[in-house]
Amino acid sequence: MRAPLLHVSGLKKYFPIKGGVLNRTVAQVQAVDFVDFDVARGETLGIVGESGCGKSTTARLLMHLIRPDSGAVVFDGMEVGSREGIAVHDMRKRMQMVFQDSYSSLNPRLPVEGSIAFGPMVHGLGQTAARARARDLLAKVGLDPNLFIRRYPHELSGGQRQRVNIARALALEPEVLILDEAVSALDKSVEAQVLNLLMDLKREFDLTFVFISHDLNVVRYVSDRVLVMYLGKVVEIGDVDAIYESPRHPYTRALLSAMPSMDPDRRTDAPPLTGDPPNPINPPSGCRFHTRCPFAEKVCELKAPALRSIRAGGAQSVACHMAEAGSGHSKSSAEGLPA
Amino acid sequence: MADTTPVAAGLAEAAIDDTQVAAKSRSYWTTVWQSLLRDPVTLVFAGILITILMSTIFADVLAPADPFKTNMVKRLKPIGTPGFLLGADELGRDMLSRLLHGGRLSLVMGISPVALALVIGGMLGLTAGFLGGKTNMAIMRTIDVFYAFPSVLLAIAISGALGAGIVNAIISLTIVFIPPIARVTESVTTQIRNLDYVEAARASGANAFTIIRAHVLSNVAGPVFIYSTSLISVSIILASGLSFLGLGTEPPKPEWGLMLNTLRQSIYVSPWVAALPGAMIFLTSLSFNMLSDGLRTAMDIRL
Repeated sequence: MRAPLLHVSGLKKYFPIKGGVLNRTVAQVQAVDFVDFDVARGETLGIVGESGCGKSTTARLLMHLIRPDSGAVVFDGMEVGSREGIAVHDMRKRMQMVFQDSYSSLNPRLPVEGSIAFGPMVHGLGQTAARARARDLLAKVGLDPNLFIRRYPHELSGGQRQRVNIARALALEPEVLILDEAVSALDKSVEAQVLNLLMDLKREFDLTFVFISHDLNVVRYVSDRVLVMYLGKVVEIGDVDAIYESPRHPYTRALLSAMPSMDPDRRTDAPPLTGDPPNPINPPSGCRFHTRCPFAEKVCELKAPALRSIRAGGAQSVACHMAEAGSGHSKSSAEGLPA
Repeated sequence: MADTTPVAAGLAEAAIDDTQVAAKSRSYWTTVWQSLLRDPVTLVFAGILITILMSTIFADVLAPADPFKTNMVKRLKPIGTPGFLLGADELGRDMLSRLLHGGRLSLVMGISPVALALVIGGMLGLTAGFLGGKTNMAIMRTIDVFYAFPSVLLAIAISGALGAGIVNAIISLTIVFIPPIARVTESVTTQIRNLDYVEAARASGANAFTIIRAHVLSNVAGPVFIYSTSLISVSIILASGLSFLGLGTEPPKPEWGLMLNTLRQSIYVSPWVAALPGAMIFLTSLSFNMLSDGLRTAMDIRL
């Protein structure tokens, strides 16, 4: 495998909860807890998980919109924000983000042109050139510049707004695009159009995508590799076919069996998972999934499993005691949970 | 859908939209202006305000007599006396001329403290709201100290300490209005700071100053401006109050608050004349309040 474009190691972010008389930290939300992954140039990494599992926090940490407590993001071989690496300002020129809420992510007082041209002008492009680029990009995302360039966000539909958001993110000519639930708030038909647009743009501009979503069907459609998160931890990561065809982690399996399917033979009989995810303020000891796992044993409560490669070349890695021979779990084997 | 390209699909969306929205895009301020034009009450009070403003500005031309010229024979003549359209005050000076000239000082002392406080308080509020954390704490807690005093008392105390005079009265009123404006600005800024478009601006690598200038200021300006216009009426009343107490304008200069004070002793002899400056203060501050209400409604457009 070539050197990855984006290398994330030991990324950690705990949000303090202040309270009491002196505004002391009374607890911490363990939003992202020692997350490691790589993104190769040109691929799409899908990130899935339940609400509150740390997907969006991971995206914001990648953009340095919030500071990580520890861990490093290495962009194209240079550590982001470190003295000898790449400055946050320069990284943001090469990595951009599309936000979920198309309503609040556009300034209501700025016409479309102003929103798209803002980024390039911040990075020193002249006003005329920035405006020309805004027109080009608007055409690229399928909106006629003559009709839309002077429009205000409240004059656009949800799908049109999200197209403008994508144009804005592309205005800095980035190499990586982080899509944080970028299509989740759209109608199904519009969602499909925007997804197709994203795939076309990816080909045209040689983009690398980090695609965050809770929609498993969409993630399978767009991704090359998939990362499954649970309560701030990576539980399974691997090639999209490996994950979807033979998931090895009980959580991934439960998640996939909850996926709506058109096939009557693939109907879900028993509820795959019961209960809500535990509170990330005081997450369970050991394996964080043990409170809801049908295979949980003593060892799961005591020891957190490490992420271990179970297929050659990093095609699939899983963090489960059942996938670690001699871990103490009665079902442990080198391959993990049988398919 | 499979056979339409994304571009074509986007254009189709646009075509549907154009049947509903006029093809020509209207900016926010055009919309505000148009909804103001459809509000008769606000228009009437705006008209009254403009009349008051213009007549005080052109007082030299409009006033029938010299506002300082006393006439002991004509003292406290009632409204409608020939040569004295609105009567005469306790020194026989023409009330109409004095009201016209007095409006200048009253309006200057009403508007300038709010304008100054808008600049200073606005900047404090923007800084506190946008930076948050310890900076917010330091600025906002300092401002809270001023809330410990009632605003009238604070104005009197500062004016008293600085001494009588128009400039000192303006300074003290400015200090009184900085805390409420800063507080409103801070709360609006804090809301906007957490919206995704500010986050997106940060993600594009812009620094705090650029983000405030391009994205925050335009969204904060509306609500803060409306709030400030509502303060003008308070400021006119407070300024008149300071003059009434002898801390603002000094006689014989005409100023509505001061006129109210000097005519106080004549209230049983000539009640209608004595009430005139008060009526002007009331009408002006009411107009500012109604205008601010109308602006609030017009600017409260769901975007």
